[in-house]
Amino acid sequence: MSAAESPPNQRRLMEGSEAIAEAAIAAGCRFFSGYPMTPFTEVLECFAKRLPDEGGHCINSESEIEAIGQAWGAAATGARAATGSTGQGLSLMQESMSEITRAEIPIVIFNMARGQGDYFQATRGGGHGDYRHIVLAPESVGEATELTQLAFHLADQWRHPVVIYGDYLIAHTAEAVQIEKINFGPLPDKDWAVDGSLGGTGRSRNVNPIGMEKGSKGIDPNKFWQKLSDKEDRIQEAEQRFEVEQAEDAELLIVAFGTLARFARAAIRDLRADGLKVGLFRPISLWPFPAQALRDAASGCKRVAVLEQNAGQMIDDVQLSLLGSVPVVAIGGISTDAAGFGIGALLDSDRIAARARDAYAGKPVPRGVVS
Amino acid sequence: MSGAEANKKAGHKGPRGSVVINTERCKGCELCVPACPPGVLRMSSRRNASGYLLPELIEGCTGCSACLMVCPDFCFEVYQLEDAPDGSTPANIRKEAAQ
Amino acid sequence: MSNDYDPLRVIPTDAPPTVACRKKGSFEPALTLMGEHDLCPGCGEPLALRQILDSIEALGHAQDAIGVIGIGCYTALTSLMDIDLIQALHGRAPSVATGAKRMRPDNLIFTLQGDGDMVNEGLQEVIHTAARGENVTCILLNNGVFGETGGHMTSTTVLGQRTKNSIEGRDAKQHGYPILIGDLLAGLQGTAYCARASVHDAKGVARTRRFLDRAFTSQEKGQGFSFVEILTMCPTGWFIPTAEGPNYLDEELGAIHEVGELKKDGVLIDRNA
Repeated sequence: MSAAESPPNQRRLMEGSEAIAEAAIAAGCRFFSGYPMTPFTEVLECFAKRLPDEGGHCINSESEIEAIGQAWGAAATGARAATGSTGQGLSLMQESMSEITRAEIPIVIFNMARGQGDYFQATRGGGHGDYRHIVLAPESVGEATELTQLAFHLADQWRHPVVIYGDYLIAHTAEAVQIEKINFGPLPDKDWAVDGSLGGTGRSRNVNPIGMEKGSKGIDPNKFWQKLSDKEDRIQEAEQRFEVEQAEDAELLIVAFGTLARFARAAIRDLRADGLKVGLFRPISLWPFPAQALRDAASGCKRVAVLEQNAGQMIDDVQLSLLGSVPVVAIGGISTDAAGFGIGALLDSDRIAARARDAYAGKPVPRGVVS
Repeated sequence: MSGAEANKKAGHKGPRGSVVINTERCKGCELCVPACPPGVLRMSSRRNASGYLLPELIEGCTGCSACLMVCPDFCFEVYQLEDAPDGSTPANIRKEAAQ
Repeated sequence: MSNDYDPLRVIPTDAPPTVACRKKGSFEPALTLMGEHDLCPGCGEPLALRQILDSIEALGHAQDAIGVIGIGCYTALTSLMDIDLIQALHGRAPSVATGAKRMRPDNLIFTLQGDGDMVNEGLQEVIHTAARGENVTCILLNNGVFGETGGHMTSTTVLGQRTKNSIEGRDAKQHGYPILIGDLLAGLQGTAYCARASVHDAKGVARTRRFLDRAFTSQEKGQGFSFVEILTMCPTGWFIPTAEGPNYLDEELGAIHEVGELKKDGVLIDRNA
């Protein structure tokens, strides 16, 4: 039974791609644009199928740059709009994503990533200029549906792009989910959005990323950039999200995000069964990174082990959070499959447990490709 | 023959139109001069505060608005004169104008 | 007070006539917040802008027009425009206009882009938007140069034209041939209306206005993609005296990018007929 046929709000087995699209639609998203690329393609397929039924629009964009442009236009008129791709496609979108941030346009962007190598791209403002995006990293299909709805709310609340860091596993795993519209609270009217109505009144709008003001020839870039920076400071205070498990007595704290954290959790079960005191810290917001919460969780630990599927990216944020207060070691590494989609040898709780054991004992953990 | 001469030949006793020129905004581009069909705009030797040479109007304006259409700085306001009750058009359009 | 006609008497132009008259044209175009801008003397772009804004108002779209603006000298004119606007990136206005039109189909949505913007950086975007028959109007201000960077070659620069990076004149062997974007877009099935005008003289400006009216009307009727290319003077980017701009435009650019209507109601017009 398709989503359109089954009774609303029923718990159904759904592939992540479909669940994400349904969650976005539940949140009121009525515009999507995208270009096919593995493992994002099915997200586009689901939106293409479902949005017309909901009175929305899904455009099969001829390039990723056009996809972000089309979503930009839709969002600038006040609609809830989204686009997405995988890491390479997001690379193409970065100029626009950077400018959309300065234009303060709310937009949700899905990176169905090929592993965890896009952490820097997502969290350091992947394009030119001085900015960050809110980045949410779900670990499961169920959490992806909740964070997708949250993303639209945060985007509108802050007038700021929100990136969902998904991956191949989330896109292509089916889980039983129940998608209901979540009410996150009231939001102000979008009187900044353009609908043509203020033409000729002297109060017409220009949604723009360069600080242009009507009736004034000059621009004040300093004032403009400072406003964005001040807003990001407030976001940093307000939107940190994380999960901590068994950290109170932990001697080793594993830090992991996304689907990899579930494998870590399984490894920790085995380690605990062997009497090793291991805990898990899972950042859910990759930006703002929950630095204080990590410091709190790691205090009292002998060592922090960073588990990620890349050459070492989140470990920088871990180091910055801890500032040498607890030793940090990397227990992840390069790990993907022959097609490069991120389904690598590290996705194995036994392998992770073995590396954690070495870290626990203070033994060196091999770097490089995980085998 | 110039537009002014043509107007005269057609029996008009005076100008049919006129313009107001915003000289402060003018950038002396001179586009209005060749654009004027009766040829009644010409560059003067006066300059505005920005140092640009300014155009001036001589007799024969028809109020066609060509100057307004080709001015990049929106310096022209165009008027068409109403005919007097006896059918003639006024010779002096600004009563206080000096000779 | 003589009734004689003195062709050399200078008429004061600092105030309106004090005899009975009616105002035929105001300083500023419709839907303008102020008339002052810092574009070069003799720039053709404000002439095009005037006709665009006047057309929008005359056709009754003042409260539903949304302009999507590219990046070029004309970007500065957004401070003057009293209509709702979205500022896009270089080349990217057609996709932004597409998204906006999908969500607001009853609005009159147009792009305003230069040749460097539309035909260099954004060639893909305008072609796809036209091919899809998106019901938007793309407006090209074509002066054959990147004006804002100081006068560099674009895809519409004509052979022989001297720019800062084709200083001996554009040469087919070295630099290839110009793209006649109006002709390219007219050939796409999604294009309903396509025309090219030039603002080198008042007649050209009047023609520009006619083509704009027809393009916007085509959008009103939901015919598909409409396109108006407007050739504009750029004496700065052409390195010629300001007063020579209109002739250069007509004789150099106009000879290659030919003025006229290319397509109406979805049907190609035979320009040799």
